[in-house]
Amino acid sequence: MHIAIIGNGISGITAARNIRKLSDHKITVISAESDYFFSRTALMYIYMGHMRLEDTQPYEDWFWKKNRIDLKNGYVEKVNTQDKELIFYDGESIAYDKLIIACGSKPNKFGWPGQDLDGVHGLYSLQDLEALERHSIGGINQAVIVGGGLIGLELAEMLHSRHIPVTFLVRETNYWNAVLPKEESDMVTRHIRENGIDLQLETELKEIWGKKGVEKAELIVTSSGEKIKCDYVGLTAGVSPNIDFLRFGDIELGKGVLVNEFLETNVPDVYAIGDCAQLQNPRSGRRPIEAVWYTGRMMGETVAYNVCGKKVEYDPGIWFNSAKFFEIEYQVYGTVLTNPPEHHKSIYWEHSDGRKSIRLIYDKNTSSIIGFNLMGVRYRHEVCEKWIKEGTHVEEVLQTLGIANFDPEFYKEYEQEVIDIYNAQTGNNLELKKRRGLRSALEFLKKTIA
Amino acid sequence: MSNKSTDKTILQKLGLAIFVIALGVFTLSLGLDSYQLSEESLKVSKEYHRVEVLNQAREVGVLNRSFESNIEFISAFKNVLEKAQSSLNEKAENGIPEGIGEWDFKLGDWEVKDYILQTTKSSSVGLIAQNKRLFLLLTFGLGILGGLLYVLPKFNLIPGIKNNHVYHNAMTRGLKFGPRSFFLTMTIIGSLLFGFFYLNKNLFWPLVTAIVILLIIGLVLYAEKQKQNNPTKSASPTITGWLGVFTGVYLIGFYILLYWTPHYITSWILIVDPVSEVLSGNPASQWFLYGLLYTVVVLVMGLRMMAKYQHNKYQLVRTGSVMFFQTAFAFLIPEILIRLNQPYFDFKNIWPLDYDFFFDFNLNTLLNSGGLGIFMLVWGIALIIIGVPVITYFYGKRWYCSWVCGCGGLAETLGDPYRQLSDKSVRAWKFERWIIHGVLVFSVLMTALVLYTYFSGNYNIWIFNSDTVRTWYGFLIGSAFAGVVGTGFYPLMGNRTWCRFGCPLAGYLGLVQKFKSRFRITVNGGQCISCGNCSTYCEMGIDVRHYAQRGQDVVRASCVGCGICAAVCPRGVLRLENSSMDVGTRTQELRTIHISEDEIKLLV
Ligand SMILES: Cc1cc2nc3c(=O)[nH]c(=O)nc-3n(C[C@H](O)[C@H](O)[C@H](O)COP(=O)(O)OP(=O)(O)OC[C@H]3O[C@@H](n4cnc5c(N)ncnc54)[C@H](O)[C@@H]3O)c2cc1C
Ligand code: SF4
Ligand code: SF4
Repeated sequence: MHIAIIGNGISGITAARNIRKLSDHKITVISAESDYFFSRTALMYIYMGHMRLEDTQPYEDWFWKKNRIDLKNGYVEKVNTQDKELIFYDGESIAYDKLIIACGSKPNKFGWPGQDLDGVHGLYSLQDLEALERHSIGGINQAVIVGGGLIGLELAEMLHSRHIPVTFLVRETNYWNAVLPKEESDMVTRHIRENGIDLQLETELKEIWGKKGVEKAELIVTSSGEKIKCDYVGLTAGVSPNIDFLRFGDIELGKGVLVNEFLETNVPDVYAIGDCAQLQNPRSGRRPIEAVWYTGRMMGETVAYNVCGKKVEYDPGIWFNSAKFFEIEYQVYGTVLTNPPEHHKSIYWEHSDGRKSIRLIYDKNTSSIIGFNLMGVRYRHEVCEKWIKEGTHVEEVLQTLGIANFDPEFYKEYEQEVIDIYNAQTGNNLELKKRRGLRSALEFLKKTIA
Repeated sequence: MSNKSTDKTILQKLGLAIFVIALGVFTLSLGLDSYQLSEESLKVSKEYHRVEVLNQAREVGVLNRSFESNIEFISAFKNVLEKAQSSLNEKAENGIPEGIGEWDFKLGDWEVKDYILQTTKSSSVGLIAQNKRLFLLLTFGLGILGGLLYVLPKFNLIPGIKNNHVYHNAMTRGLKFGPRSFFLTMTIIGSLLFGFFYLNKNLFWPLVTAIVILLIIGLVLYAEKQKQNNPTKSASPTITGWLGVFTGVYLIGFYILLYWTPHYITSWILIVDPVSEVLSGNPASQWFLYGLLYTVVVLVMGLRMMAKYQHNKYQLVRTGSVMFFQTAFAFLIPEILIRLNQPYFDFKNIWPLDYDFFFDFNLNTLLNSGGLGIFMLVWGIALIIIGVPVITYFYGKRWYCSWVCGCGGLAETLGDPYRQLSDKSVRAWKFERWIIHGVLVFSVLMTALVLYTYFSGNYNIWIFNSDTVRTWYGFLIGSAFAGVVGTGFYPLMGNRTWCRFGCPLAGYLGLVQKFKSRFRITVNGGQCISCGNCSTYCEMGIDVRHYAQRGQDVVRASCVGCGICAAVCPRGVLRLENSSMDVGTRTQELRTIHISEDEIKLLV
């Protein structure tokens, strides 16, 4: 059997590796972006000089041949599901028995005038990075970034590392406050400014003007009518599935490729995973499209079983994510909402340096723990997950909170301070019983509930 | 605007300039002195040698003649010594004075070396010899000042990971594969050739070594099937940092001079005389020069390390620890012991890194130094058989390699800017295991032979002469590998080249760590985004990401527990931890596999 995979990102590659573990099928992974799998999440580090492209490739080049995973560099222009073949941009075609679509995302463009000028780019692909490098070598006197998500912030940090002045336009009243609770959003907003980024809140892009004759961006106009001269515009107002090449086929599409819980599309033997997949029935509390690394990896693993003939439902487990805002690390486990319902109660501790915080969310009615939001402090994934999954009582969590702490040795532990806040809120008198340490964490994790 | 380097303040630029000046003066000072051999400056300990050498010197007109360069002086003086040597040999034929043994009477090669070094130093009469303190200030003083001016302002930056432009910098971006192979090959061939002469044209050991090297290459490439695994990314494919190459060559040159031709660097030794006199009361030797330089570098670059990782307490404490052990244990205490007429002893140096611990001269010195000497002997042995396994069981090899050891101390301070240059390929890992365990076996065998000789008085065992074996070990491993490659290759192959490929103690510690230790690097569930920072900045060339992205705890013999992988990880995935609960099963779990195969019976 020949399994073709469109896309060599984390989802496509995880699928290929797991299919190889489970079977002897022929596997071909296709990508128009790069010869080898690299970590998209590390694009920023290449530009900043922390790593070379090679360092972001998780496997050595010989790995693919050794594992009999064929790699093909080419752009799939059309999928012919009738004859089960892929037709490439250059007219070539290959036949498949089963197809996995893992074609990822593309940066959003909202029809701004001038959005296709030279010097206006998203930050998603290797080619986007090359374009940025090209412009940087030419010299960028002023850059404007449009859209206040994680990628926009990474782009700001990148440009900042090369001493390029950055104006960062964000539609919201505070940075990423659609995801981060107010205090955390405030903290990051402060930190962005502390790093010398010109952050303009409640500001949107209206249009981009080009230099006459050369079609290169030279000025943007904001929603408030302000004009900013610039020679690079980064469009980072979110991403959406990169599925234009599937538009006129018979695979059913919504915003992404529609799939059921087995990651199957409406066409037999065609599956979709990763950023481009849209779940018809996402689990409760989860979104139909989750464009993050971890879900791509989990879908890749799941689809491998389904392709190999063992039906497994896609189960992403408890939500988690992480990021880094300049110097501030961020981790989240479970449900942390910006506009929480009334019964979500929050315990929030913040360090006096304004760069660390710990937030616990629990259900006021049941007292079960629901979520953790960490800034500048590291917590153990499995411990938090287990607490949330088991609906552990918030007071039990608090008293043993130390076992979740994952900061390096010698770091100060703040769990007692978190408890003090809870005590102050509730008039309780709890004390921390377990401090940081692998031993107690393991004891907790290995204990199964009776 | 767009600039691929980090911002530097005026002070930092000034610091750099001052440092470059100091380095320039230091380097040039080797050519600044003039030399004159006089009766007083002739440092020849045995009276009958002295008479003979003076005669010869008079005869060829070298006595009291002025030389403008040490090269000329040394060549003339060598000539004198050679003449004295043959003349003494002739005299020995005709009878040796009462009470002197033949070998005592003759002028031996090692004595020649020592006489040249001591005499060159004391015959220096020019600028440096007359202005030691001034030059101490101009070299060490300015160097430290420049270094501090460059380093200290870094404490003002917003704390966080500071790796911007590492791969843009001509000092730190490493080598292309071609030049790297060139340096490696030249170093190996050079060492073997030089070793041939070092052993007085003995071909046997260089040949055996060459065969072992070829054997290892063959084993890795063919038996371990690494030939087809082209390590495409192990060295930089396109760029070579010229500053790094320059630094590497400078360091290699420094070590060659220091180990084998110290008579050419007597000006440097003179410069540190005043410091030595304060500490031990004696004039400086080349080893004092080295120790002082080493300590100063560890301290200044240690501060740099602390500034860079000021947000990370593990790094602060650990760096403080290596700075302390270098300064106190490796440098000051031995000097003070000398001052107190006690044996020179570094309490933290452990055999087999301290490869001459069981050599006769060391054992004799310790045994003849009363209670303290016996304590030192027992202490040294206890560290080997109790200290290493027990502490490593509890904390992993890091307690030594990145908290105590001097080689590790230099690697973690001076070497920190180069940690990304270690080769992460599987092929390099295979080489590592053969070579480091090979050196471990060599050190054990060598020591066994030496001890056999010590107790039996017998030098020849089967085809081996224990004296030659230990000389060869000292040359090949103790000097060429640990020194020349160990430090000279920082900018070429990373800062732990010696620790990773060569150190027999690391080999021993690593075996304990791998098979019986509570230590591991825990991976935080499924949080890894495979970015590669951890692998890139692992100085031991461990592909940490390979484990992290599978959710598998890292247990590797080579991991020195520097904690940098955990520090640079942007997602908080890694933590250095110890636990007794699962010593035997530390690596079994794969946490990112979220479908458990127990629940699913797969039909292929
Ligand atoms: C700068 C940046 C930082 C990020 N950081 C994080 C982070 O910290 N944490 C996190 O969870 N997520 C992060 N993400 C998101 C994460 O990278 C994505 O969710 C993930 O890479 C998606 O993987 P994928 O396999 O679904 O698709 P992709 O990685 O996008 O791979 C799809 C591949 O398919 C190719 N392709 C598409 N169509 C065709 C075609 N027709 N023919 C041939 N090839 C085609 C594309 O060129 C691409 O190479 C980041 C994304 C970016 C851009
Ligand atoms: S694995 Fe981590 S702690 Fe171990 S040597 Fe490498 S970087 Fe240091
Ligand atoms: S462990 Fe951290 S540094 Fe290493 S690849 Fe994963 S996310 Fe990157």
